Amino acid sequence: MRFALFLAAAATAIGLSSAAGSAEERPLKVVGPWEIGGIDPAQSGYVFSRLQVAETLVSADPTGKLVPALAEQWSVSEDGLTWRFRIRAGATFHDGKPVTAEAAAASLRQAQAGVGVLTQVPISDIAAEGQDVVLRLGKPFAALPAYLVNFGNIILAPASYDASGKVTRIIGSGPYKVKSLTPPLKLELEASGNWWGGAPEIGVVSYLAVGQGETRAIMAESGEADLVFSMLPVSVERLKRDPQLEVKIATIPRTRILKVNAGSPFFDDVEERQAISYAIDRAGITKAILRNPDLEATQLFPPALVGWHVSDLPPLEHDPDAARRLLAEAGWELGSDGILEQDGRRFSVTLLTYSNWPELPPIATVLQAQLREVGIDVKVSVGNSSEIPSRHRDGTLEMGLISRLYSIVPDPTGTLLQDYGPGGSDWGAMGWSNEELQALVDKLVATSDLEERAPLQRRAVEILQEELPGIPITWSELAIIANERITGVQVDPLEVNYGLASIRWAE
Amino acid sequence: MRRFLLARLAQAGVVAVVVGTLCFVLMRVLPGDAAMRIAAGRYGPDAAIAEAAEKVRQELGLDQPWPVQFLEWLGNLLRFDLGHSLVTGAPVIEELKVQLGASLWLAAAALLLSLLIGPAVGIVSGLRPNGWADRLGLAGSVTLRALPPFVLGLILMLVFSIWLGWLPPAGFGSWRELILPSLTLALGLAAVSSRVTREAIATVAKAPYFAFARHKGLPEAVVVRRHGLRNAAIPVVSYLGLQAIYLVEGVVVVETIFAYPGIGHALVHAIVERDIPMVQGTALAMGLIFVAVTAGVDAASAWLDPRLRRAQ
Repeated sequence: MRFALFLAAAATAIGLSSAAGSAEERPLKVVGPWEIGGIDPAQSGYVFSRLQVAETLVSADPTGKLVPALAEQWSVSEDGLTWRFRIRAGATFHDGKPVTAEAAAASLRQAQAGVGVLTQVPISDIAAEGQDVVLRLGKPFAALPAYLVNFGNIILAPASYDASGKVTRIIGSGPYKVKSLTPPLKLELEASGNWWGGAPEIGVVSYLAVGQGETRAIMAESGEADLVFSMLPVSVERLKRDPQLEVKIATIPRTRILKVNAGSPFFDDVEERQAISYAIDRAGITKAILRNPDLEATQLFPPALVGWHVSDLPPLEHDPDAARRLLAEAGWELGSDGILEQDGRRFSVTLLTYSNWPELPPIATVLQAQLREVGIDVKVSVGNSSEIPSRHRDGTLEMGLISRLYSIVPDPTGTLLQDYGPGGSDWGAMGWSNEELQALVDKLVATSDLEERAPLQRRAVEILQEELPGIPITWSELAIIANERITGVQVDPLEVNYGLASIRWAE
Repeated sequence: MRRFLLARLAQAGVVAVVVGTLCFVLMRVLPGDAAMRIAAGRYGPDAAIAEAAEKVRQELGLDQPWPVQFLEWLGNLLRFDLGHSLVTGAPVIEELKVQLGASLWLAAAALLLSLLIGPAVGIVSGLRPNGWADRLGLAGSVTLRALPPFVLGLILMLVFSIWLGWLPPAGFGSWRELILPSLTLALGLAAVSSRVTREAIATVAKAPYFAFARHKGLPEAVVVRRHGLRNAAIPVVSYLGLQAIYLVEGVVVVETIFAYPGIGHALVHAIVERDIPMVQGTALAMGLIFVAVTAGVDAASAWLDPRLRRAQ
């Protein structure tokens, strides 16, 4: 009895204290799955860029159009080899020092020496000339401004680096500055007070990394969080029914792909790869696992990637009979155990995937069942994400289910260049190359004129659709939950910037 | 007393070397390329992992022969230097300070709550074996122990965060965020400690000295306080030492679902990311805590039970 009284007293105390408000400004509570491992821009730069602590020279709007950020304007020389980025006048770092061309050049030089995307650009020299950062290239590279949007290229104050060039503090130039950081889970921000774009509507932001999707859903549902990123499909349905929450969903340029080893006897014929594609019931996967039928990947790029999604392209379809016919044409015959055989070799392969994205392993087991229908025996193996590149390198990968992002730079040319170049790459083709595609990509790299690019992009997509060096399975979505307390939330499918500075408390 | 402390200190030294060596060996025999794992852990699965792995290999000297790496680690340990995390680059000791501190708060709160719940329920049950309180206690104990911590955690979140709206479901920084994770752990602990207490009390209650105390006319409360509690506490306290094991496995799960930055959370990430110094550091800290807990339990038992002291 006394214990019951104690419990009741404790419960009342908790209830009372949670009702009591505080005099401090209420922070905007943001929850997402991203942990802040180390503060090196190549590691966690995306957190600081999305939460508007640090800025890049160039940014992108939600449609993918490049827009000025720390660089007011930029230009390229006639020969395409010298790029000039004019630093915005009046931009200031959080330590009060002005953002200079020297500081920007120093940050970019660090990025270029690191492991980020800038290492893929043929840069020969980065220099500061007056108000301009000047990048000199070894050969023309039209996508350079798009590469600068990547979070690895955020511009930090000179005081952020120690003598060896390592980042020890994040001193950026965005509307918010770091108040406190408790790695790997918590980041508290406050208005910097001197952002060139004006003061943010809400002065204090608190970011908490919550790895578990279920916990994130409960954070949203309980009203504890104002803004929650990346919701599991199973939670979205339930949260949609909650009148206090607004669910925003955007298709993002991320595609789940079946990477196949086109050098192996199982996938060396294009008929075999097409047969695999026909055997897959994408509609079933999107309906049962992703709970969003719009995510069926009928081609590599989703509609959100303007200029890269070809709407009149014949879609990838589910047709098991066509799959069986193509496999028979490629010389595979049904064995006594119901598994295909060719020259005494059973069609038995291992499908490797990883659990960084929780939906990949269940999709892999669905593919296992669907491929069994046409006589292909698949073993599913779930490992670490690094096993895909490492087994690509030693040539032992047969099939891998991967999730590939096409907006690492907002121009997918960058990813195509990497994935479908000669000999393929870790997250791209394996044992497959196509001279026409390479010529197209080379031309795209050197061309910035949109009208000139359009037919090249279209042809590249057609080749990938026909040859299927990687078999698209589903596109991806970003689900964001906003509490009714806040207004002005925008979904950025490119995940460059979450626009926190323009979120307001609802009246 | 001095011999006791010296023996424990020696034990701690042995534990440190054994745990460190085991971690080192186990992390080496795990399949997969360490540089690739570390690169994937640092830069995420969207990065060009293979290119990054080459830089990681050079930066960390992973291509050195393993005896050199092991001796280096051992030498550093003797100087109380646990090295730097391979993933975040921060000194392991700094990371441990934050994470171990957070976990100790969580474990202490859980232990305290479990001591408030478990023995209280156990005493009520044990005094009237097979009474309604005992049966209710048994049912509750079986249910709570059978629920895995992540299910229990989610249930508590549903009840206290969504239905009642009293407590935040996750996070850290104040005592309000500490309640749900520590309650999740505490209920699991109390589920068993209440039964241990119940058995101990029931045994004591049947003992002749207990009957004698009653017969000589002492009020029930005085009987329990003077003759019951200390005798019944002996098995309960020894059992608390064992519960430290439950706490260690519990914090790993509980910290993950409640987004709590503790040592369990850190250990899981360090293993996945092949961050050897962090694994060694965290395992070492856990091992030493274990030594401290058992030493504490032994000391408490000796204080409670004079027979143990005489036997020494």
